Order: sequence, then structure tokens, then C-alpha cells
Amino acid sequence: MKIRAQIAMVLNLDKCIGCHTCSITCKNVWTSREGVEYAWFNNVESKPGVGYPNEWENQKRWNGGWKRGTNGALQPRIGAKWKVLANIFANPDLPQIDDYYEPFTFDYSHLQQAPECGAMPTARPRSLVSGERIEKISGGPNWEEILGGPFSRRSRDANFEGVQKEIYGAFENTFMMYLPRLCEHCLNPACVAACPSGAIYKREEDGIVLVDQDKCRGWRMCVSACPYKKVYYNWKSGKSEKCLLCYPRLESGQPTVCSETCVGRIRYLGVVLYDADRIADAAGTEDEKALYEAQLGIFLDPHDSDIQKEARAQGIPETWLEAARNSPVWKLAMDWKIAFPLHPEWRTLPMVWYVPPLSPITSAAANGALDLVDGMPDVRSLRIPLGYLANLLTAGDETPIATALERMLAMRAYMRAKSLTGEGDAAQAARVGLTPDAVEKMYKLLAIADYEDRFVIPTARREIGEAAHPLRNASGFAFDEPHGGRSGCSLFDNRPTQKVGW
Amino acid sequence: MGSYINSAIFGWYPYLCAIVFLVGSLLRFDTTQYSWRSGSSQLLRRRQLRLGSNLFHIGILVLLVGHTGGLLTPVAVLDALGIPHESKQILAMTVGGVAGAMCFAGLLMLAHRRLADPRIRANSSFADTAIVLLLLVQVTLGLLTIPLSGADTTAGDMVNFMNWAQGIVFLNPHAASYVADVPLLFKVHLTLGMTLFLLFPFTRLVHIWSVPIWYLGRPGYQIVRARWRQGAAGD
Repeated sequence: MKIRAQIAMVLNLDKCIGCHTCSITCKNVWTSREGVEYAWFNNVESKPGVGYPNEWENQKRWNGGWKRGTNGALQPRIGAKWKVLANIFANPDLPQIDDYYEPFTFDYSHLQQAPECGAMPTARPRSLVSGERIEKISGGPNWEEILGGPFSRRSRDANFEGVQKEIYGAFENTFMMYLPRLCEHCLNPACVAACPSGAIYKREEDGIVLVDQDKCRGWRMCVSACPYKKVYYNWKSGKSEKCLLCYPRLESGQPTVCSETCVGRIRYLGVVLYDADRIADAAGTEDEKALYEAQLGIFLDPHDSDIQKEARAQGIPETWLEAARNSPVWKLAMDWKIAFPLHPEWRTLPMVWYVPPLSPITSAAANGALDLVDGMPDVRSLRIPLGYLANLLTAGDETPIATALERMLAMRAYMRAKSLTGEGDAAQAARVGLTPDAVEKMYKLLAIADYEDRFVIPTARREIGEAAHPLRNASGFAFDEPHGGRSGCSLFDNRPTQKVGW
Repeated sequence: MGSYINSAIFGWYPYLCAIVFLVGSLLRFDTTQYSWRSGSSQLLRRRQLRLGSNLFHIGILVLLVGHTGGLLTPVAVLDALGIPHESKQILAMTVGGVAGAMCFAGLLMLAHRRLADPRIRANSSFADTAIVLLLLVQVTLGLLTIPLSGADTTAGDMVNFMNWAQGIVFLNPHAASYVADVPLLFKVHLTLGMTLFLLFPFTRLVHIWSVPIWYLGRPGYQIVRARWRQGAAGD
């Protein structure tokens, strides 16, 4: 058993109001630069829709994620290593920038400089790539906001597979939800696997997946291999860039920018311990519907004293073990089983999980055409079809999603009774397999969502892994700072690049 | 005067190019690795790239291997193996002709794309545009030499080039004299070829050094960098 710690995130879609504050603050911090204007490390999509970039979930088109061979071995869907190299001159699975959108600005100066004329001057759009006039903007990072665009386009959403989607085109039956997306910091990342340069790596101490900007050569295979399309090619620098889970903030115990600024308090950050030796087994599970359970299976219980002992022996700091015990992610994903991975069928073992959204009950149920169960609506009569959520979060297995939704409904019923009568409805809790205590804790974490409950982030213990003494004076106003990269020595008699465990 | 220019271009210039090529590459790698990349523009425009880039790259790789092997194989080895010079020349003309044609067609597409596509043109540095045009000129010159080689049935010029290249490598002070009397077209092709090595470190061509063949031998797929476990404090 090889115990590793991962900083994971859970997003409570039940509370996401689609305000895009996460996207905007992330953009302002990380990607408001030339070459990555089109890139949104965090974006929020209105679902159902094809999303950003176009049809990113359609792996028949983009070939992202992993493929399980008949012998059970995994390889990236874009191909074996020789095939990756054979495609290096022109990558057949690379989106063009228009599949995201052509970044644009507006001729604002025209508003001030226009000569006197009969009509109001306008600021017309201009491409940020070529600098040329764009007559009509035909795409943006959130082109389908609040179900924008025709149903014929939005219904190409891959999550409609196996769902009778035609009826959801009718106004009476329409449904929507928001899906904020960022890098999944997978346990089995396909981008790392596909990088011919070996520039992408996972940090062992917190699981953050990063692109070494000095080692990246711009072969672009990571962009194709990532099924979430969350690695972006910077067309100016010629390097790939991606969400870095705000590691400079996490290292000092602060939540990521997207989490910190979330006005709906929907984001949770916490430590999860897992067994790295079983990654390949879990990701190679034959039945796609069993992948969610398989991923749960490699998580290690931080309350188990044997696990703690072994983790200590393997060098995981005490502060991290304590954080793992208090992890909101563990509670949501493991204790209550109301959070799920995004598209586990791609076999990357993603680590940004989602609490599925409740939705209004359909009018048929409200009119009494459908039965209520113990006074609760059947989750199958909610507006968002269970099959759709299951395609999104559990590779199509509806049972765990139904249980989660029932638990969330039961929590509401329990707390409604408590605020009306002073006594929680224990029967509702028992019906969904929870104790009244668990329901109240769930309520505190989901509804109240205090800052210190949402974010349980241990600081990076740099002093453990790095020799601090030679690092002194290494940053600040230096003119001969060593560069990263892989040359161990310097031509100019500088101190060699730090090699200590980093 | 003629021999002076000849020895400057074919006796000294090769060393200048070789030194700038090697030291320049090393310096750039050492100091500004962030600038070390293939510089792909596929994201901005897929059109013409699939065919153009593949034709160009496969063609030029064959040409590179062919030129290196052809020029640096000692004449004595050929003779020992019993390969007639004429046969080697026919092989070189055939393989070089096919690869050259592929490279030429690919470069035409890439050059057209670089100059005609507003997105690509706006994001090309001077070096990006210059190097694709220089390569196009060089491949054209190379293809034009094929009829000259064909006319030279004894393959004497080819042997001269081999002797010259090997003379440069082994610091033969009279190397330049081997190519003093070859047709002008060859001399231009040689000079531009050396110039490409001179310009190499200042362009995107540096990505050739990073050809990731070792990816094939990478054990497994995942890369994890350790901090806690690997380096203990004070080591």
C-alpha cells in the first residue's frame, strides 16, 4: 500500500446560481494574458448544452481519456506511445481555436474618436488573434448561457445518450442546471500520460497536476488526451497551460481563488488519502458503471488507526492526517455518498466531484398524477432526468444518484420539521439510511457552509521535503536566479538548479 | 581572389556555423528554456497543416539522415563494401528526389499558410517567416542539383562533397579545395545549408534537439514528482 494525499474539491451543484464569479476571478488572476485569452481554467456551463469547447464530452470526436484494451490494460484513447509520436507533426485530435471561440475585443476608442455623425458610434468587435475585424461574433466561453441557442444544437450534449431527449425540447419539459468546470487533478491523468516530453507531472504531496513550463515543448498531445479539455495551448508562448489549483494559495492554507470567491459557497476543499498502488486496478475496472465504486474503493479511511500508522510511516505529516479526518470531501463523497466524480467512464479517476442538483418536481407529479413516497416526491419525477445526471456523474448508473437526491430531499424534510416543531423528522432520516446526527451535520455543511467547514487545507510542509538552507536568498531581487529545466549545471558558473526533491 | 573566397566559405565558414549551432543551442537551452518549443500554430488554423506539416517533416527528416549518412560515410568504406560510386549517386538522387519533392510540397503549403492566413501571419515572428522561406529556397536548390548530378555520370562531384565534409570534420586544412571546382548551384546550396545551421539556435528549429523519442521507452505512463519522500531536510 502506497498512501498518498490529494487535495480534492467538491462542488454542490444544488446551490450553484451560475454567477460566473469563479470564472472571472480565476481569469483575472491566471489567464488575462496574450495567448490564453480564450482559455478559462474555470468555466461555468449551462447544461444541457455542448459546452466549451464544443462537444468536449463527445470522445468519439475528441478521443480524450483512456481506453481499456481487451487484456485490461489502459492506454490513452489518442493511441499508444508510438501513435502519439506518429501524430506529432499534425495532431488529428486537436481542437482549433474556433472550437473554443476566437477571442475578441472591441474598438472602444472609436466611441471617442468617431467624427460627428447621424447615428450613435458603436464599438465593433476585433479579433485578438489576427487583429482583424470580426463582423459577427459566433462563439464565446458561455455561448449557451441559460439555455441559449436552439435545442437542436444543445441536444448534441453527450449526456443525453440513452435518454429520450426529444421531449425536453418542449418548453413545458425543459430543464437546466449549471456545471462549473476546472481541471480534475486526476489520480490517473491522461494528459500526463500523453506528454511526450514528460513535462506534465502530478505532485506527490498534494496531487496537483502541473505543466513544467520550461520542459514543455508544445507537442500539444495533452490537449487532446485530456477528456475534460482543461489543458490549453498558449498560442503565443507555444506552451500548454492549465489550472494549477492555485497551489501558491493552497500551500499557505488558503482556498483556491474560485473557491474563495464563490458567492454561493458551493465549493469544498479537503484532503483525501488514497492507495496509489491500486490506481491502475481501479481505472481498469471493466464495467464502466462500476468505476465510481472502484474509485471510492481506493480511498483510505483517515479514521482507521492502521491507515494512520502506515501513513505516518510513509512520511505524511500529522497536520495532513488531521486535515484528512476533518475533510469535507470525505464526508460528502464517502460518509454520505452525495458527491460524485465527473464522467468516471473516462477512467482518469477525477478528483473534482459534484453534488447533483435537486430540481422542481414536474407538473405531472405536482398535479397528483404521480405518487409521493412517504410524503416525498419520487426523485424520478424531478425535472432534471435522473438518466441525464447519471450519464454526467456515474457513467449511467442511476441508483447512487437517486440515493443522493433522496438524502438531500430527506435532509430538507427533516430540517423543515425541526424548524416547525422543534424536532427533526427522524423517520425521514432513517428512510434514506442516515442518522439524525448525520443529517444535521449534512445540513450544517451544505446549507450553512461555514468557511472553516468548507475549506480544510493543511499548509504545505516545505521544510520536510526541501533543504531550506541552500534555498535562502534564492528568491527576491536576484539577477542570477537559476532557471528551472533539466540542465543540472550552468554555463555561467551559477549555482546549479535546485535538485532537492522538486 | 577566387581561392580566397572559396577557402573562406568552404574552409572557415563551416566552423563558424558549427560553433554557433552548438554553443548557441546550448546557451539558449541553458538560459531561456521557456523559449524552447516547437511553436506549433495548429491551434490557430488546422487547414493545410495536416498534409503540409507531415509532408515537410517526413521529407526533411529523410533528407537530414540521407545527407548526414551520405556525406560522412568514408569513401573507403564504400569501396570496401564494393558499392560503386555511380550506384550510390543514383540512390541519393532517387531517395533525395522523392524526399525533396515531399519536403518541397509541404513547405509550399506551410509557407502559403504562414503568409496568407491572417491569424498565422499576425503571430509569426520574423524568424518564423524567414526560416520557412529559407528552407523553401534550400529545398528548391537541392532539387535543382539533381539534373547536374545526373549529368555527372562518374559521380565525381559527389565524392568531392564527401571528401570536403569529412575533411571539415577531421580538420583537414585543404578541405575547401575539394569543392573549388564544382558547379555554382552546388556551392549556393552548400552555403545556404551551412547558414541554416548558423541560424538554427535563433529560431524555432531548436525543437529538433528535443525530439521526444525516449517517450517510447518511458516506463509506464504516469509521472509523479515527490517532495516529502525524496529529499530529506539537510541533504
